[in-house]
Amino acid sequence: MNFIVNGEKQVLETATLADLLQALEYEGEWLATAVNGDLVHREDRADTRLADGDRIEILSPMQGG
Amino acid sequence: MLTLYDTELSSRLLLGTARYPSPAVLSEAVKRSGAGIVTVSLRRETSGGKTGGAFFELIRELGVRILPNTAGCHSASEAVLTAKMAREVFGTNWIKLEVIGHHDSLQPDVFELVEAARVLTDEGFEVFPYTTDDLIVGEKLLVAGCRVLMPWCAPIGSAAGPRNPSALVAMRAAFPDIPLIVDAGLGRPSHAATVMELGYDAVLLNTAVAMAGDPPAMAEAFAKATDAGRLAYLAGMLEPRDMAVPSTPVIGKAVFS
Repeated sequence: MNFIVNGEKQVLETATLADLLQALEYEGEWLATAVNGDLVHREDRADTRLADGDRIEILSPMQGG
Repeated sequence: MLTLYDTELSSRLLLGTARYPSPAVLSEAVKRSGAGIVTVSLRRETSGGKTGGAFFELIRELGVRILPNTAGCHSASEAVLTAKMAREVFGTNWIKLEVIGHHDSLQPDVFELVEAARVLTDEGFEVFPYTTDDLIVGEKLLVAGCRVLMPWCAPIGSAAGPRNPSALVAMRAAFPDIPLIVDAGLGRPSHAATVMELGYDAVLLNTAVAMAGDPPAMAEAFAKATDAGRLAYLAGMLEPRDMAVPSTPVIGKAVFS
């Protein structure tokens, strides 16, 4: 399936958001995720099924003013 | 003691965490500032979560309260989603709400700001809105549920200092019971002292410390200036006069001729 992950095209065979994070080697409790503009809580990632064309945002802490 | 959303804080300086020359300098600057709150942000993670994780660990070790921001957002909907994602990461209902109207001026889009503040308050957030010194916008932010206002005194990162002190005075007078924090535009410790002398409750700054020659020393200088300004405000300052007034009593002065 085709996904847009953090603005970049990715072709992956992953069924859920949790699978996608694992496939792209994301790790850590400090990540926040959204699919098609909606927040997906940490505990819901394994149950969040992805569809072709989904836009996924994966954010983490950084410096800010 | 400064109280923000029922949290008592001994420091009246809030410090940003961006643009320091190194993580170690950032850490030292936060310690020297005595700040009880630091601002942080969220960005796309491109290296499997490791970059953000290292920064998050550094901040957690400082033992200060975290105020995530929505910097870079240009619409209410974007800011609301970013705030929710920040709550997921940082585990706090606090959010420094920035909705930028133009990428050059970085001036807040106050219309989107008010809308985002309303939505986020309904979602249980405690909103710290980055706003202008416009009184009507301030009123609408309060109606939207904000219990703190954070007006700029000059554009973000400009280091220009208070460009319109009269407007800041008017805002202080209009909202006597609301904590007011000057956010953005402070360049020197004297700027911080000036706005604190006007009765502002706290200052939030970043670039002026981070880009200083010696950020930890500048952080301490800002902390001292902030405290000095607050103390002066409480002490009651003399109003300027047009004419000279002798400070040494003239009664009893010797007459030699």
